[in-house]
Amino acid sequence: MATEPYQQELAGACVGPNGSAIGMPQLCGDWVWNQVFWLVLALVAIYFVLNRVALPRIAAILAERQGTITGDLAKAEDLKRSAEEAEAAYDKALADARTEARKIADETRAEIRAEVEEAEAKADADIAAKTAESEKQIAEIRASALANVEQVAKETAEALVAALGIDASKAELDAAVDKRIEG
Amino acid sequence: MAETTGEAHGAADAAHGDGGGLVFHPMDQFIVEPLFGDGAVNMLTVTNVTLWMAIAVLCIMALMVLGTSGRGIVPGRVQSVAELAYGFVYKMVEDVSGKDGVKYFPYIMTLFMFIVFSNFLGLIPMAFTTTSHFAVTVVLALAVFIGVTALGFVKHGVKFLELFWVTSAPLALRPVLAVIELISYFVRPVSHSIRLAGNLMAGHAVIKVFAGFAALAAVSPISVLAITAMYGLEVLVAFIQAYVFTILTCVYLKDALHPHH
Repeated sequence: MATEPYQQELAGACVGPNGSAIGMPQLCGDWVWNQVFWLVLALVAIYFVLNRVALPRIAAILAERQGTITGDLAKAEDLKRSAEEAEAAYDKALADARTEARKIADETRAEIRAEVEEAEAKADADIAAKTAESEKQIAEIRASALANVEQVAKETAEALVAALGIDASKAELDAAVDKRIEG
Repeated sequence: MAETTGEAHGAADAAHGDGGGLVFHPMDQFIVEPLFGDGAVNMLTVTNVTLWMAIAVLCIMALMVLGTSGRGIVPGRVQSVAELAYGFVYKMVEDVSGKDGVKYFPYIMTLFMFIVFSNFLGLIPMAFTTTSHFAVTVVLALAVFIGVTALGFVKHGVKFLELFWVTSAPLALRPVLAVIELISYFVRPVSHSIRLAGNLMAGHAVIKVFAGFAALAAVSPISVLAITAMYGLEVLVAFIQAYVFTILTCVYLKDALHPHH
C-alpha cells in the first residue's frame, strides 16, 4: 500500500508511489463505479444507435436485396418459360409447314398424274379417230380405183372392138366386160 | 524496457525509476487513471475507460451507420462487414434462442458489438482494454442474468421454475438435480463475466511478461517471437471470447423463453 498521504491523493489505494499497480487493478474498488457509469453510457449509446438507425437500415438493405434476387430469379424463370414456348411454337410451325408441303406435293403429283392420264386418253382417242378416217379413205380410194379399172377396161374393150372392125353395141360390150371382171 | 512492448502504460512507465535488469509490471496496463490531470477517480471522472469506450462507440457507429449509409444493393467493403456482423449475430440468435428470441436481437447485437470492438481495440499497442476489468464484464453478465431471469418470470410466471425441475430424471433424483440446477443457474453470471475478463487480462499480462524479458539481449529474439505468437493467439481470443459471451447470452435467453427441458 502507498503510505504517504499525497500519493494516496494522487493515485488512490490501488497504485503504488512509483506509479505501478498494487495487486490486480481489476480488484480495485475505487474504480468500479467510474467504469460502471461509462459502460452503461456506452451501452445505451450503442443500443440507441443500433436499434434506431443501423439495424433497421441493414434489415431493409438485406430485405431489398432478397427481393431483388427473388424478382430477378422469377423474371429469369419467366424468360426461360417464354423461350421454351417460343421453341415449341417454332417446332410446331416447322412440323405444320412440313405436313403442308407434303400435302401440296401429293396434291400436285396427283393433279399432274390426272392431267397426264387425261392427255393420254385424249391422244389415244384422236389416234383412233384418225386411224378410222384413214381406213375409210383407203377403202374409198380402193373402191374408186376398182371403178376406174372397170371403166378403163370397158373403154379399152370398146376401142379394141372398134379397131378390129367388129360392130357391137356399147351395152353388149359392157355386159361382156362385167362378166369377165366378175369371172 | 517496457516501452518496447507497445502494451506499456506510458505514464506509469515514466515513473519507473528502477535500475537495469528485469522489471515486470504486467498489471500496470490495467490501471484506470484520469485523462486530464491527477487526482482521485470518481464516478464521473473522465478516465482512460471513458476514452476507450468512446472510441469503441465511435468505431461501432462508423461501421454500422456510416458504413451502411450508401444502402447499396451491391454492398461496398465496409457495408459488407456491417452486414456480416448483422447476419452473424442474427443467425446466432435465431438458431440458438429460436424465432421468438429474434425480438431481443438488438440487445444481443449491442453486447456483441461492444465486446468485440473493446477486445480488438485493446489489442492496439498502448490501448486500454475495457473488457479486461471485472467491473465491466460483471455489469454485462449481470445485465444478461437479471434481464433473462426477469423475462422468464414475466413470460412463464411460476412455471419458469420448471427450469430447475428436470422431469426427464427419476423422481427421487429430481430434488437433488434441482439444487444442482439452481446453483449452476446462479453461477452463470460469475463464469460468464470472469471468462471474458480473465481471458483478456491473462493474455495481455502474458504479452507484457514476455516483453519484460526483451530487456535481456540473449533472450530478446525469443521474447519478440513469443510476443508475436501471443499476439496472434490474442487476436483469436478477442473474437472467440466475444462470440462465447454472445452465444451464452443466447443460450440463457433460450432457457428463459423455453424453460421446459
